[in-house]
Amino acid sequence: MPAVAIARPKRYDAVVLGAGHNGLIAACYMARAGLSVLIVERNSYIGGAAVSRQLYDDFTYSNCSYVCSLLRPEIMRTLELPRHGLQIIPYEGGCTMMRNGDHLALYDNHDALRREISRHSPRDAEAYDRFARDMLRQCRFIKPLLMRTPPDPTSFKPRDIMELLYLGQRFHRMGETRMYDTLRFWTMSCADFLDEYFESDIVKAHLAGSSIIGTALGPRSPGTAYVLLHHYMGDIDDAVGAWGFARGGMGAVTRALASSLRASGGEIRTDAGAERVITSGGRATGVALADGTEVRAGIVVSGLDVKRTFLGLVDKHDLPGEFHRQVENFKIRGSSGKLNIALDALPSFPAIPEGAPCIRGDLHITDTIEMMERAYDDWKARKWSQAPYVDMLIPSQIDPTMAPDGKHYMSVFVQYCPYELASGPWNDTKRQAFGETVIEAIARHSPDFRKLILHAEIRTPWDIENEVGLTEGNIFQGELTMDQLLFNRPVPGYAQYKSPVPGLYMCGSSTHPGGGVMGAPGANAAREILRDLRLGGLR
Amino acid sequence: MSDRYQAIVIGAGHNGLSCAAYLARAGKRVLVLEAASRVGGAAVTREFAPGFSISACAHLLHQMPRTIVNELGLASHGLKFAAERMATILLSENGDNVRLPAQAGGVLSASDVASYSAFMVRMRRFAAHLRPMLDATPPRLGSGAWEDSAALLRLAWCIRSLGRTDMRELLRIFGMNVYDLAAEHFEAPALRAAIAFDALLGTNAGPRTPGTVLTLLYRLATEHGAAPAGMSQPVGGLGAVSDALATVARAAGAEIRTGVRVARVHIRNDRAAGVLLEDGTIIEGGHIISNADPRTSFFGLLGTEYLDTGFVRRVDHFRQSGQAAKVHLALSSPPMFRNLHPDGLRERLLIAPSLDYLENAYNASKYGEYSDAPAIEIVVPSASDSALAPPGLHVVSAIVQYAPYAHKAGWHTVRGAFLERVIDTIEAYAPGLRQSILHSELLTPADIETEFGISGGQWHHGDLAFDQFFMVRPVPGAAQYETPVANFFLCGAGAHPGGGVMAVAGRNAALQVLKKAA
Repeated sequence: MPAVAIARPKRYDAVVLGAGHNGLIAACYMARAGLSVLIVERNSYIGGAAVSRQLYDDFTYSNCSYVCSLLRPEIMRTLELPRHGLQIIPYEGGCTMMRNGDHLALYDNHDALRREISRHSPRDAEAYDRFARDMLRQCRFIKPLLMRTPPDPTSFKPRDIMELLYLGQRFHRMGETRMYDTLRFWTMSCADFLDEYFESDIVKAHLAGSSIIGTALGPRSPGTAYVLLHHYMGDIDDAVGAWGFARGGMGAVTRALASSLRASGGEIRTDAGAERVITSGGRATGVALADGTEVRAGIVVSGLDVKRTFLGLVDKHDLPGEFHRQVENFKIRGSSGKLNIALDALPSFPAIPEGAPCIRGDLHITDTIEMMERAYDDWKARKWSQAPYVDMLIPSQIDPTMAPDGKHYMSVFVQYCPYELASGPWNDTKRQAFGETVIEAIARHSPDFRKLILHAEIRTPWDIENEVGLTEGNIFQGELTMDQLLFNRPVPGYAQYKSPVPGLYMCGSSTHPGGGVMGAPGANAAREILRDLRLGGLR
Repeated sequence: MSDRYQAIVIGAGHNGLSCAAYLARAGKRVLVLEAASRVGGAAVTREFAPGFSISACAHLLHQMPRTIVNELGLASHGLKFAAERMATILLSENGDNVRLPAQAGGVLSASDVASYSAFMVRMRRFAAHLRPMLDATPPRLGSGAWEDSAALLRLAWCIRSLGRTDMRELLRIFGMNVYDLAAEHFEAPALRAAIAFDALLGTNAGPRTPGTVLTLLYRLATEHGAAPAGMSQPVGGLGAVSDALATVARAAGAEIRTGVRVARVHIRNDRAAGVLLEDGTIIEGGHIISNADPRTSFFGLLGTEYLDTGFVRRVDHFRQSGQAAKVHLALSSPPMFRNLHPDGLRERLLIAPSLDYLENAYNASKYGEYSDAPAIEIVVPSASDSALAPPGLHVVSAIVQYAPYAHKAGWHTVRGAFLERVIDTIEAYAPGLRQSILHSELLTPADIETEFGISGGQWHHGDLAFDQFFMVRPVPGAAQYETPVANFFLCGAGAHPGGGVMAVAGRNAALQVLKKAA
């Protein structure tokens, strides 16, 4: 081999921007198909929003995403993630503590669940079975669509028409009543949807939580019934709707993916933020990094959200005007905050009976839909919620690797928290005040909580944007609203993972089917890429 | 049996009357029964103070399609206009009023004026393509009938025929909220709010509620193909529309009886076979068609014993709580809005300064409270039609949002305070208004329920929302004007395509009845 060739930088078949879970998954599939793949990651660590970080003492924080269930089992199997160290530990349902000192817990055991709901409303205990069955039916309808590329309804290509027919047929097979249920379900508000089943405030409030997590919508906004479903679509060992912890924190997911990638010959470069997508003759041919180096590649695959990708890295002149405008109009709103708390011991919650397993599940303190809706009203006025909805978990009870002996790590997801405050930009004082609002809300249900706090990391959408890179800190890389789902995600006409720039693909949660640590966008993007390169399907 | 009625319409609202007119014209023997002492339902003119008349519920005519006006010959049966092609003026507290359609040289920037006309052209194009859906019976899913498949294909074609770019845009905006859409296109807060106001009028939604672009498209689609008078005020108020429809129906041979309250639909062999009046008489009829809202139709007139539980549950969950109140004022002098030429009183006036104002107004209604700063649509009918008030005096009609049907404190305790809030709000735009008030009247949704017999007091008979539109309106199983009980039909605003004085549901229902009877 001539000496000059050695000095020439390696040209990759594909370069992937961002080592989040979707970037990793897309890279894994491409590497397995024999492509040479490099991931460039801006941070000094990989994982994007699926990370485990040691920010205080020997505590491990899942400091962005915090639970695992949506990760598609087929991805887990194909990429052999268990062999690469991923272990998911399921937990039982959680509970909502009520302002009157009572609580509602959800149990896996059907009889226990019925007894528990009956305490609040015997009628709702009956309705719950109907509710669970209907949710399951919707899940079954939608699940196969997650791992498929959405059709373009404006296209006359055989592939798009066949896909539309496939959807139509699946829909039609449900039968008349279910078809109407589905139509209504997809468009209703969560509050209206739950009203059709339940009468008790606490049951509705507990179930409605999933409908607002990560969205800039309230439980009364049409479309939130779908968001509810989005959080139900996970399964662990075929238990639909089950949730679990990744042993070692959410970073374990991306660590396993990275290990799987390396095993297939892929490379990862950290501290290598992409500055610009290089194009030549209108085609993406590589990326320029912040340190001035350039990476040449056959194709570029962006795991970043669409705004960051196309408004930040691509020259405006390389994009059609309409596309650029639609990316600008893409709704990606910061609405969630996060507290990661190191605790000296397990806090007590008087509302939860001694020994009840729900303490190991998700804990909430919002006991009416109205309280949730009012929390949303604060967000609309660009304030953080004065009585926020929180999703609290203490994974160290199940996974001892998360905290030193006897001590505990608590993850507190907070809805709502705006990206921009009416009073101006975020600063330290406001961040502390936001954290204080959340801690005070929790302390009302736990007398010893405050004094057990050893350290608290407070993260606003602004912080999440700056650290993780998600625009406005939106955890889904774009609102999960009707106008941004399926063939509209991220923008109409570009829902098939390709961008208007030849050779530039999208694989992040901005694409179908959206966010959560699900991995479907990454896998779908890889499938489209391999198809374009005539390398066959995913394997 | 030759004297037996072939069709009995319960309720003489505009839809009941148009249904009766079309059936009578097709040669059917039709009887219309109306509980009130006059026809018209919510399209009615009545005296609210000595010498002062008002359109008591609906106060503008802008959705009645040309086809119905022409087919029934309403013009030759007495329908005349006091004001036509009314403009919309968005009032400003400091007098920077915005007139729509937007023109250069006004308060708006040149770029907003250009965006406005481009936006309206595109939205009207969408509306034109959606319009045919309003004038036909919605398809029924899974029926296997060729006509339902054909209707679905027609819908697909209506959207596809927009061309790729517009089709994509329609599919994108369809599920959006009007807040984002308006912010995408316009700079001026007033212009954004004016667009949003039209999307929100009569709904249970705020500008940020997804589905409000749909309601905007719906409004534009109903206005597409409307009579040339456009946004108009009939001579004699909205009651004149009902009177014209009644005249047409009678001329075609329909019999209309007022002051007759139907107690129940008479069922024989599981089929609707007549009506039972409150006095115990039974009138037999071939088809029984209810102009009442779905709840009243199924629970009041029919009775749940004839329906299966799933259907009953659906009707029970049909959302039909009104959020809009009416305020009527009798004035000793014309209201003086800041910077508004007296001719401006003949237009449609809005108080809706910004999107956030509208959203805040909506927030209150979610928790069973009225808006402290309400959004208001004002017309001064006497400015165009002096017969509505004594000489020199005036009447004002205002639709006020939001006022929830069930106020959490009970309307009887807060109605006075609410009326004061409304007057104060208008006064801020029209100083001196309060001194000129001779009489005032407030109709909360609860009052509208009582006066017009609409359960929930919602003039659309049911919220306009995705899950209550088109082939699921009012509920699956009754969305084709037919109901689970043979020979019992719906023809009111609770059926497709919904409310607003347009008489389309009545016409569609009549055509469906005729098809089934054929």
